[in-house]
Amino acid sequence: MSNSSIALNRFGYGIRQGEQAPAAPRQFLLAQLEEYDPAPAALKGRSDHSKKPGEILELLRRSRMQRRMQASEMDASMASENTGSAGGANPLNGLPPEIQRSYRAAGRVLRDDVALRTNIAVSSPTPMMERLVHFWSNHFSVTAQKPGTHYQVADHEFQAIRPHVLGKFSDMLKAAALHPAMLLYLDQFQSIGPSSRFMRSRAARQRGNGGGAPRGLNENLAREILELHTLGVNGGYDQSDVTELAKALTGWTVQGISRVARFSQPQSNGAAFIAFAHEPGKRTVLGKSYADRQNRQALEIFDDLAAHPATARFIATKFARHFAGDTPPDTLVSRLEADFLNTSGDLASLTQTLIASPEVWTEEPVKFRAPFEWLVSVLRLTGVDGLNGQRLAGALNEIGQVPWRAPSPAGYDDIAASWASPDGIWRRTELAERIARSLRPDRIVERAQMAFPEALSDETRLWLSRAETSRQALALLLVAPEMMRR
Amino acid sequence: MVGPFQRRKFLSASLAVGAAGLASPRMAFAKAPISKNILLVMLRGAADGLSMLAPVGDPNLEKIRPGILGDYDGAQKANSFFAIHPAFRSVGEIYSANEALFVHAAATSYRDRSHFDGQNLLETGAATANTKRDGWLNRLIGLMPGDTPRALAIAPTVPLALRGDQPVSSYAPSALPSASANFIDRVSKLYAADEQLNGLWARALETQAMAGDDTLRNLRDAERTGELAASLMREEDGARIGMLELDGWDTHANQRGAFARQASALDTFLGSYRSAMGQAWSQTLVLVVTEFGRTARFNGTNGTDHGTGSAALMLGGPVSGGRVIADWPGIREQDLYQQRDLRPTIPLEGVLSGAIAEHFTLDPALTFETLFPGRNSAPIGSLLKT
Repeated sequence: MSNSSIALNRFGYGIRQGEQAPAAPRQFLLAQLEEYDPAPAALKGRSDHSKKPGEILELLRRSRMQRRMQASEMDASMASENTGSAGGANPLNGLPPEIQRSYRAAGRVLRDDVALRTNIAVSSPTPMMERLVHFWSNHFSVTAQKPGTHYQVADHEFQAIRPHVLGKFSDMLKAAALHPAMLLYLDQFQSIGPSSRFMRSRAARQRGNGGGAPRGLNENLAREILELHTLGVNGGYDQSDVTELAKALTGWTVQGISRVARFSQPQSNGAAFIAFAHEPGKRTVLGKSYADRQNRQALEIFDDLAAHPATARFIATKFARHFAGDTPPDTLVSRLEADFLNTSGDLASLTQTLIASPEVWTEEPVKFRAPFEWLVSVLRLTGVDGLNGQRLAGALNEIGQVPWRAPSPAGYDDIAASWASPDGIWRRTELAERIARSLRPDRIVERAQMAFPEALSDETRLWLSRAETSRQALALLLVAPEMMRR
Repeated sequence: MVGPFQRRKFLSASLAVGAAGLASPRMAFAKAPISKNILLVMLRGAADGLSMLAPVGDPNLEKIRPGILGDYDGAQKANSFFAIHPAFRSVGEIYSANEALFVHAAATSYRDRSHFDGQNLLETGAATANTKRDGWLNRLIGLMPGDTPRALAIAPTVPLALRGDQPVSSYAPSALPSASANFIDRVSKLYAADEQLNGLWARALETQAMAGDDTLRNLRDAERTGELAASLMREEDGARIGMLELDGWDTHANQRGAFARQASALDTFLGSYRSAMGQAWSQTLVLVVTEFGRTARFNGTNGTDHGTGSAALMLGGPVSGGRVIADWPGIREQDLYQQRDLRPTIPLEGVLSGAIAEHFTLDPALTFETLFPGRNSAPIGSLLKT
């Protein structure tokens, strides 16, 4: 690959129809840091859904009381689409009508948000920056699954990730790990300190009647912060650190839970803090003691986690893997790690260091494009813009990667082994022909040369030029090796 | 331990088969079954074990579920105590042929009631939810002697149980319009000089050929999904390890109708799969499991809520069937787990690891430790014919 093609494809989402290939690749990338718009106009039209999770939790609570429904962790965001499961009925069947309505509405909002995210990337003049947004969003992955999350997962990316991709990692950590979407997704919103005032008064009420086991501490978020967001799985923490961090996090929850509304202190990120659910006392994490400063206690631990050498190593490795190959060169990882430590996690500096690193400019392709990346590149190349949520979510579902639908809190995998599959290639081929059929393209070889400047292989050029029609040539280009790897 | 089982190579020259398979979809594959298969069917949403196999001989059943006995009038009896759900017609036949067995009041070690955590624990095999990133079915691949067997999820993406270090793939009919033959041919040429894409493409063509010229758009037709699963597993070059998911078992309301529909789809799938497997059925172990059971009593909307103990189903030629394996805990108030759920008395991990070790002639303790590390139970033996 030429440097120009690397700048377009390895760092970005490929060339946009009508654009010229960059003559000065590094400057082209560095300029994007200046031009990046964290809040593009398209986002300003998005409705405010901040009250929705509380409303849904309230709705479920009421129907649980009225109808004794235990829970509705319903995977219903795509209720109107094929979920891929065999034989199953619509998951909404049998639920009370108001809950069905609520889930359908949530599914529509999520699909619109998928379209919003995708179309911002498709039309973006700073595609590398969109790649960074999506990288960090996947690092702090939230999945639309549990009640209320459908309204919040996109907001998580738009409000907690986008503003921080060139800021401090510690700020992004605080925003992302404590955003309502994450609090819902990883059960933090219902975690209660075992010795909190809430539990003590509840124990007093229930004494003698042997009532159901009270919910208490939930360690999910704490564990994932240590394992996935900061130190990494071998980052030197143990179970007691998980429990201590979980206790420090107690009290952090979502707004709009009416029965505790009068105790709820709204936080600037859309979350809430409820002091009487907070575990009192000092906490010890990684050997350091933290005084009980209520909602500040977890934030102070976050600052130290963000500055920890294991975090620097873990982040540097993932960052390098995303751009420089599934097994990134150690020299690159070490350079990024040092940069992260020296700048206290300045992500603009990290990005500049990446751009300046020779290891990212190797001629051979180093990554297999994941499905979302492939589709955005396809849409930019073909100039298909503004597809609606139904179409985009449907297409992304068919090729296997819908935003905010990762199978676990680890996010979507970032290695070829997870994406370079026979069925995956087959589906891209079907979709490519489908997209090309709807267009009236021309000058395909010329456009291919523009998309992959000085990087188009002789084989691809040959088979594009031998295609029966321009449409077929375009479809071939969309699945060509140059489009599959970067 | 008996001797090592024989397994022929499954992929030798398979890349060459691809092109031939494209030209004439069904010609390239041998007819004779040659090796052992396993199919995991995961019922997502917590399937109700008390409906699957009802303890009609328990005098307390009518007390906890008034009116339920009527549903089992004339249903096939598994024995003097249990009746098989009337929607399980094919399962009943297979049971009568001594090729199906039920395990009742079974559960994994999971004791909370979140679908996601329960499924995570069942699929990863870890002792705590969300602590392992790979699935036990993937780790099973690593335990098998000889060449790596082909493992396939009959699903659009690979489910957690099958994810991990060992190579696996997935196949599902797509809702996308099929690519034209002309275009497919040209993609083959485009990829010919590209080692990675050419290899993937050849395998894609092969799977497409095995799946046949199907016009399915998704996996909702249970009969044809059964045929599809069998077509991907019965041939010499097919998958030895398969997995299928069935959603929709979360019957919080109007359970009797909802469960009957679900059970009917599962039964249709299993019957169709068995027929389509042909001779390969004699070498095939099918395991049907769910993440946890449901409350013993009906709730206010004639449904049931998330519970604990459920039933599991095991089918296939090798199964020592026609019986129910249960240590019946009873369903009186004081018998129930937390006064609400069927109390589990059989560890599902022990059932799965025991059957798998027997089927593939693996060391049971090693199998258990590999698939379900850190769990506090043991493999159960004598589930299969000796």
